[in-house]
Amino acid sequence: MEGILKIDSIEKYYGSKSSLTKALDGISFEVDEGEYVAIMGASGSGKTTLLNCISTIDKVTSGHIYVAGKDITKLKGNALNKFRREELGFVFQDFNLLDTMTAYENIALALSIQGMGAAKIDGRIREISSALGIEEVLKKYPYQMSGGQKQRVAAARAIITEPKLVLADEPTGALDSKSSKMLLESFKYLNEAIPATILMVTHDAFTASYAKRVIFIKDGKIFNEIIRGPKSRKEFFNEIIDVISLLGGDAGDAL
Amino acid sequence: MLYKLALKNIKKSVKDYSIYFFTLVIGVIIFYVFNALDSQTAMLNVSDSAREIMVLMNTFLSGVSVFVAIVLGALIIYASNFMIKRRKKEFGVYLTLGMSKRRMSTILLTETFLIGVISMVIGLFLGVVMSQFMSVAVAHMFEADMSKFTFVFSPKAAIKTIIFFGVMYIVVMIFNTVAVGRCKLIDLLYGGKKNEKLKVHNPILCLIVFIASCAVLGRAYYLVTTGFNVDQMFTPKELVKVIIMGSVSTFFIFWSVSGSILTIATKMKGFYLKKLNSFTLRQFSSKANTMVLSMTVICLMLFLTIVLLGSAISLTYSMNATIKENIPKDLQVIRQVPEGETIPESTLTETLTADGLDMSSLKDIEDMNVYSSEGLTMGESMGEYIESALNYYTFVTEDATEDIMSVSDYNKLAKVFRNEPIELKEDEYAIFADLTIVTEARDNALAAGRKITYRGRELSPAFDKCINSPFQLNINKCNSGVIVVPDSLVDGATVTLKMFFADYVAENKEDRETEEKYINDFMESKYQTGDITEWRIFYTTKEVMKAGSVGLGAMATFVSLYVGVIFLIASAAILSLKELSESADNIERFAVLRRIGTDEKMIDRALFKQIGLFFFFPMLFAVIHSIFGLRAASKILEIFISDGMGLAIFVTALIIVVIYGGYFFVTYFTSRRIIKG
Repeated sequence: MEGILKIDSIEKYYGSKSSLTKALDGISFEVDEGEYVAIMGASGSGKTTLLNCISTIDKVTSGHIYVAGKDITKLKGNALNKFRREELGFVFQDFNLLDTMTAYENIALALSIQGMGAAKIDGRIREISSALGIEEVLKKYPYQMSGGQKQRVAAARAIITEPKLVLADEPTGALDSKSSKMLLESFKYLNEAIPATILMVTHDAFTASYAKRVIFIKDGKIFNEIIRGPKSRKEFFNEIIDVISLLGGDAGDAL
Repeated sequence: MLYKLALKNIKKSVKDYSIYFFTLVIGVIIFYVFNALDSQTAMLNVSDSAREIMVLMNTFLSGVSVFVAIVLGALIIYASNFMIKRRKKEFGVYLTLGMSKRRMSTILLTETFLIGVISMVIGLFLGVVMSQFMSVAVAHMFEADMSKFTFVFSPKAAIKTIIFFGVMYIVVMIFNTVAVGRCKLIDLLYGGKKNEKLKVHNPILCLIVFIASCAVLGRAYYLVTTGFNVDQMFTPKELVKVIIMGSVSTFFIFWSVSGSILTIATKMKGFYLKKLNSFTLRQFSSKANTMVLSMTVICLMLFLTIVLLGSAISLTYSMNATIKENIPKDLQVIRQVPEGETIPESTLTETLTADGLDMSSLKDIEDMNVYSSEGLTMGESMGEYIESALNYYTFVTEDATEDIMSVSDYNKLAKVFRNEPIELKEDEYAIFADLTIVTEARDNALAAGRKITYRGRELSPAFDKCINSPFQLNINKCNSGVIVVPDSLVDGATVTLKMFFADYVAENKEDRETEEKYINDFMESKYQTGDITEWRIFYTTKEVMKAGSVGLGAMATFVSLYVGVIFLIASAAILSLKELSESADNIERFAVLRRIGTDEKMIDRALFKQIGLFFFFPMLFAVIHSIFGLRAASKILEIFISDGMGLAIFVTALIIVVIYGGYFFVTYFTSRRIIKG
């Protein structure tokens, strides 16, 4: 398998010389095609900064990020936008759906900004929405949906463009446990059926336990990495909890 | 501390709300300039007749100021309401931090006060500068001597402006205090998140309402154009009826269109799902839906602006043109007697000489008679063709009697108006007229070879249409037609009118003024004493007419400019403020678009379209209304407006493009800056 994402010793500094904050301090790892990776860490560990750098919302201070062999730290302006809309899919903690538009239109937007025709768009949406079980909410507005439905719509929007990489930032952060479970099942399905490469940032052990691999970050550095392998989800969850207690924080969050 | 906070708030929002501030400043400028016109004109050295017109104009303008004040007042209150709404979150934070509502009111009060004072100072300063230019414009119009320029400051206008805007700001302060007192913390903090229910009306209902509104609007259009009748139109009842029909149908057209535009657009999938079209249309329709009433008001204001400016400009233009054409002589004297009396046989030249007028100061004198038609009516001379000219003017009826002139007298008149002389055979007649609608009807009759009988002789038309000529010196084209017959036919006929035209011998301006004064004094002391019903001899001079027409034109231009510009900035400012007040929500929406990878160019274009649609929508209907409105206006003013509609439309369009377009672009760029964060 070819590495879809390659992160090569990236650093991200904030502040001035006198008071320097190293949000990311020399992180390197690779994600292969079809992988499902979770990044865990306490608040302030640098995991969101990492995601922002990969998603080109933020720029690294040094180091390189390769997506499908292309160095995205060198991209500028419209090339960045093009990369973002063609190679990446996003799922955010607060959904980021447009409140004035229906679920259908929100999903369609991801394709129409790529210049796809209406007939093709319609077919794709039908397909993806039946896979994610959101057919009945397609005509609804975000304010008429539950949190879980909103997040699955957001997931549909992220995946419909067939991106090389789906980035999810605390996707279950605003969801109750039942909705979280449904969303994670959807992610699992997308990862196995399509197969979509997913990189997810979370501080919730339950959420992370759905991934195939978990990378732990502490103070801007990689602290540990565990692979699920043939283990059951329950076993994997316990293993994650163990690492978290080793990390020394956030154990409360895990429950 | 509170003062500091208020000042900081203003500084922070000055960029976002530059539109509001500019509107206030422009409001102050215009208010001052037009109210200062009084003092500006007082300085000018003009003739007595022009002076009278100026006084009338200023009285009229100060009346209009009351109306303008109401419009501006409404705008300021509306705008400040927007500002409060937009700053809900900020107030919420103040309240959570434990600030009392009273202190918050004080902050707002300080802000309003500061904005008021600053805008007033800047506005007054610019107003004083602008009003100097205004003096030049007025002087030019009234042909006043501007060789010595005097700087004029009108304390009266300044005080009036300060009092009016002062009162306005106090009202705003009261409104704000009440608004702050009423609000709840939860609404303040989460007000932005409250989801506006999207109103999508039943499409069938929309269609029915739309068709019904169009029908009513069509009926209103018909009433003011084809089905138009001057006498009826001037009854306030009719006018109010048409205005209500137009306004209500406009409202419902906006209601139905903004309620169904999405339903229609979503059906056109290929278009709707193209690029950001769906997003743009959603943004537009949600705004249009919540602003149906405001849009209607804006549309009507724009409509009034176009009609006012358009007709005023073409009025001024035609008047200047008709002065040259219709008033070629310096003096006109007419002898007319009530029915039953007979006119003495002597010509006016003989009468005036006998009464002591110094004829040596006059040249190119022409005397002529007008004879009784002896029963020949308009109905007879026009036959069935009169139909199309009926119902416009009270003096055009089937029973109205015609006026008769001999061909040699007409040729004298032709000389006066610089027309070609004509010849008539013994059995021919001709007609000269210049009132469009009647001329058209008469042309049809002449072309059909309509025969008339005068004093027992049957006459056929010598030409197949009317000669285009005025009857007397007049700034308006109001000659409904005079029949010219062979000389032999007027022998022994009853004279109903005697006319006399002459030019002054004097050539330079000063001598002409002396002459003018001499003529005026002579005429008024000799013939125009006592009751007007006792008068038998009437006179008019070119100078008097010119002053009157320039005055009328100037008055129309100033009033329409005053009201028009205020309406324009009011409508544009409302649209602009509404757009900007939503920029907070828009920041988030455009950020989402950016996050999913939309190109900056596409975003800019979407924003441009969104704001453009919002500005274009009311303007579109205003323009459609205006097409009919201007037609009606030119019909009502037909005797004044002969020409210049093209020029008027061009100038009006220019004014609108500059002001309305200016607001649009400022809104777009401000909005773009806001969403770029």
